Amino acid sequence: MIPAQFDYVRPGSLAEACAELAADEDAKVLAGGQSLLPLLRLRLAYPSKLVDVGRLPELSGVHDRGDHVYIGAMTTHDEVIRSAVVTEGCPLLALATATVADPAVRHRGTLGGSLAHADPAGDLPAVVLALDGVLVAGSEEGEREIPAAEFFVDYLETALRPGEVLAGVKIPKLGPGWGFHYEKFHRTAQAWAIVGVAAAVRRADGAIAEARIGLTNMGATPLRAAAAESALRGAELGDQVRQACEMADEGTSPPADLHAQPDYRRHLARVLTRRAVLAAAGSP
Amino acid sequence: MPRITVTVDGITYEEDVEPRLLLVHLLRDRLGKTGTPVGCDTSNCGACTVMLDGRSVKSCSVLAVQADGCDVVTIEGLGAGGSMHPMQRAFHEEHALQCGYCTPGMVMAAIDLLRDDPDPSEEAIRHGLEGNLCRCTGYCNIVRAVRRGAQEMGQAVKTS
Repeated sequence: MIPAQFDYVRPGSLAEACAELAADEDAKVLAGGQSLLPLLRLRLAYPSKLVDVGRLPELSGVHDRGDHVYIGAMTTHDEVIRSAVVTEGCPLLALATATVADPAVRHRGTLGGSLAHADPAGDLPAVVLALDGVLVAGSEEGEREIPAAEFFVDYLETALRPGEVLAGVKIPKLGPGWGFHYEKFHRTAQAWAIVGVAAAVRRADGAIAEARIGLTNMGATPLRAAAAESALRGAELGDQVRQACEMADEGTSPPADLHAQPDYRRHLARVLTRRAVLAAAGSP
Repeated sequence: MPRITVTVDGITYEEDVEPRLLLVHLLRDRLGKTGTPVGCDTSNCGACTVMLDGRSVKSCSVLAVQADGCDVVTIEGLGAGGSMHPMQRAFHEEHALQCGYCTPGMVMAAIDLLRDDPDPSEEAIRHGLEGNLCRCTGYCNIVRAVRRGAQEMGQAVKTS
């Protein structure tokens, strides 16, 4: 379908973009448009104005900042996958991004757009949550940092305020000894995850010293599998890991849709967490 | 109404466009580039794939205003001097189409895939074309055609 009418502006700076958004509460940010344009075409959204931030140079690029990697919000999925800084500094993000949609969509879609859209079925929110990322919001007042754990508020809803634009993401680097895996379950190529599990695992002495697990599509927001994470602390590879991963769905409220009922998603979360943890621990 | 400048298949156009105009509709309805079809209209099928500044995109998921200042190549811009591009010829020779609706997008996606991997394996082709759906021939001949097209393009590079 053809989208409903809207105005369009392409501001020359982040400050201008924020001013446009602050002046019109029905205006919406346009990044790569790979989630927004389908919504407009299906007439599920009726913004008065699109504020196109896709070309703002200050919002693009990957930067190695010592203890963390800073990724500009308008960095495309394709650029994320190809970045040596990402594959070395936060490989989990590269692994998960490579599973997003298909190559053509990854050429346009952006990390920041995907996070600000906050679809719990998107792959990247759970990854940034698992890695304790920090989201940097720009506004006319300056920059504000929001931990990922506080950023995803509800279904398609974030802690961004009116007049704020997601400028970038800080991903803390994990030291040596960590392994990573993103386990995505879907029935057809390029489909959304029915459930996805992002796992970062540190091994020591044949056991798991620390695990961080982000869950995709197990509630209205991306979630951490907190109970499984604590049970995994000190768990030996084998039965102890299996038992700990049985707690992966604790505290979740997975949706029901055409693809799966909640109880099936809970089952998937447990199985996929076990697979993701073992793969991240180098013991598939 | 915003005015955009866009180069399509080597010709530069200046167009006044409504912000909601999709790139695929600009190509087809305004510029007559009907070689690029509209398939699913929901970003799934990839039939409308074109190159935007050298990278494959689904032109139903790009606004015409987003293509301002950009270089677009459609299926119609691939051949030169009335002859087919090696990838088009490979699709023809391997019978990689039946109704042909998905073919323009398949060819564009295949050429994009070869940027990174000039001699892709069958698995790499199947993975690389995951954003393009064919609903009649199936994929066996398409994969074969991409292999052949890749080899002929590699050959062309070597001999030129």
